[in-house]
Amino acid sequence: MTITPASVVSARDLGLTFETNDGPVNALTGVNLDVNKGDFVSFIGPSGCGKTTFLRVIADLEKPTSGAITVNGTTPEDARKNRSYGYVFQAAALYPWRTIEKNIALPLEIMGYSAADQKARIDRTLDLVNLTGFGKKFPWQLSGGMQQRASIARALAFDADLLLMDEPFGALDEIVRDHLNEQLLKLWDRTNKTICFVTHSIPEAVYLSTKIVVMSPRPGRVTDIIESTLPKERPLDIRESPEFLEIASRVREGLRAGHSYDE
Amino acid sequence: MRRLTSLQTFLVLITGLQFFTFYPLLATPYLSGPRWGAFLMLPLIIYCLAFSLRRKRKKPIPALEWAALAYLIAFVPITLSSLNGFGSEAPPTNYWTTVIACIATAWLLNELLSSSNYRNAWVARLAFYAAPLIFGLSVLYLWEVLTRGLHIPFVLLPPPSMIWTRLIHSLPTLWADFQQTFLKAVITGYALGCGLGFLVAIAIDRSPFLQKGLLPLGNFVSALPVIGVAPIMVMWFGFDWQSKVAVVVIMTFFPMLVNTVSGLAATSSMEKDLMRTYAATWFQTLVKLRLPAAWPFIFNALKINSTLALIGAIVAEFFGTPIVGMGFRISTEVGRMNVDMVWAEIAVAAVAGSAFYGIVALIERAVTFWHPSVRNARTV
Repeated sequence: MTITPASVVSARDLGLTFETNDGPVNALTGVNLDVNKGDFVSFIGPSGCGKTTFLRVIADLEKPTSGAITVNGTTPEDARKNRSYGYVFQAAALYPWRTIEKNIALPLEIMGYSAADQKARIDRTLDLVNLTGFGKKFPWQLSGGMQQRASIARALAFDADLLLMDEPFGALDEIVRDHLNEQLLKLWDRTNKTICFVTHSIPEAVYLSTKIVVMSPRPGRVTDIIESTLPKERPLDIRESPEFLEIASRVREGLRAGHSYDE
Repeated sequence: MRRLTSLQTFLVLITGLQFFTFYPLLATPYLSGPRWGAFLMLPLIIYCLAFSLRRKRKKPIPALEWAALAYLIAFVPITLSSLNGFGSEAPPTNYWTTVIACIATAWLLNELLSSSNYRNAWVARLAFYAAPLIFGLSVLYLWEVLTRGLHIPFVLLPPPSMIWTRLIHSLPTLWADFQQTFLKAVITGYALGCGLGFLVAIAIDRSPFLQKGLLPLGNFVSALPVIGVAPIMVMWFGFDWQSKVAVVVIMTFFPMLVNTVSGLAATSSMEKDLMRTYAATWFQTLVKLRLPAAWPFIFNALKINSTLALIGAIVAEFFGTPIVGMGFRISTEVGRMNVDMVWAEIAVAAVAGSAFYGIVALIERAVTFWHPSVRNARTV
């Protein structure tokens, strides 16, 4: 069992079993994975395949029951305490009593940044997610897509190198989602962060990722890891190219091999 | 501008005509007019009832509001001042039909005011406050006319005018009672009880033992009729306001405790996970997430307690008190058959209680402005 220190996330034979009233449930079994610095890794699979659970293990929101995992070369708990990642949830989870500005300031307040530093970081991240001018609004005054962008800004505000995103655009419509995907790629390019991205959309996974992790359920496991051959510069219409379709069909095959299409 | 239908025009004219023609007939003390004067008001009553009760509502016309208002301004003072002229006699039938017509017109006016859409924001706001005001005044008017017209014994129910006179003439006594009961007992007890409930709720949140041991006990005690401990509190803390504070503290403590505990549990797991990813401490999570999310619950308890505290303090005074205080005054004056003083004291308690509740509710709106219940109320 070797752990590569250079990688941002490194999992070896990782397993997690939930004890429920109906007996144990294998959420994850034998997961081996390395995420390198600057990677954009997507986790794709049907519901119940453990993709969200794996992300939560990285974030130290769940404890693995077997195997080993390091985040930034330390345990997930230490990584969390070092504030080494930003987490974007399925819903924006903005606090309704705070303005957008104040929501972005929330992690900064907790981590003890000075007022001037907070102000500079709020302005910078609002600009990164194209929300300049909306800082004084309350979350419930914005659309769903804007709320999710604000929650990404909040995760970016304290400059963690690792960004964990759990189906952040799952609840948004196709048009908004395309737009946000494009913006996310630009943001990734500008900030040079490592991103772990959970999704259940094949086009989204292929469009965004440098590495696609295909997972399947019962028990949750990794069935295929696909390195993308697409260039780093990706306009939206790259999704019509033969190269893109080839990767997409490989993902679909991976899902089928994991019996994800079985009834 | 909406136009009057011919029927409406006709009725407005009839009302005006009635007013000007029969004004002398119907003047005080109502005994001089002819017998058939009783029927004069019937068309108006029928029209008002028909208008208020019909299912399909047409858009009301502005002129009708003015006509109804003019009618009320003319006849309400007449019916009220005639009361003095009856002496021990029963008022004639035409007096009662006029009273019924006044009530029906007030209802019509309210119906018109609350179903109209006003372009001008100020007028709309005025109409918004006018509706409950007219309703309250109609109740007072009916109370006055019935108690005096039917010669209801004053011990059973004194007329509002008598209560008002008593209130005006005993302001120093009422103020002393208010100071003793409200400013000393209620405010102190409320602050202590709510404050303690809040602090214990936070302690419970920190300690699993308290959570398992104290909370079920708290639910049990809050189900008890706490006012029963008032005599014991008087024995423990003496006759003065301190024992009333103790009763108020006991009454307000548990609603605050139970509500704050459920408020602190109201945050979603996602919101808590978010704080965990920031490696926030328990205290940071409390101040930045759980307390703000708990405010709606806490204010609920503060509002319940604002009325409970007043009840507790007044009833506790029934069990022993120095010779001042709202509860003391109520219990002694009712024994001396001075019912008007009892009612004056009740009026003071009602105004103080509503004002207290209103202030808490206003603060709530300012603090929980983000909560959907407040947000929706604002946009409508």
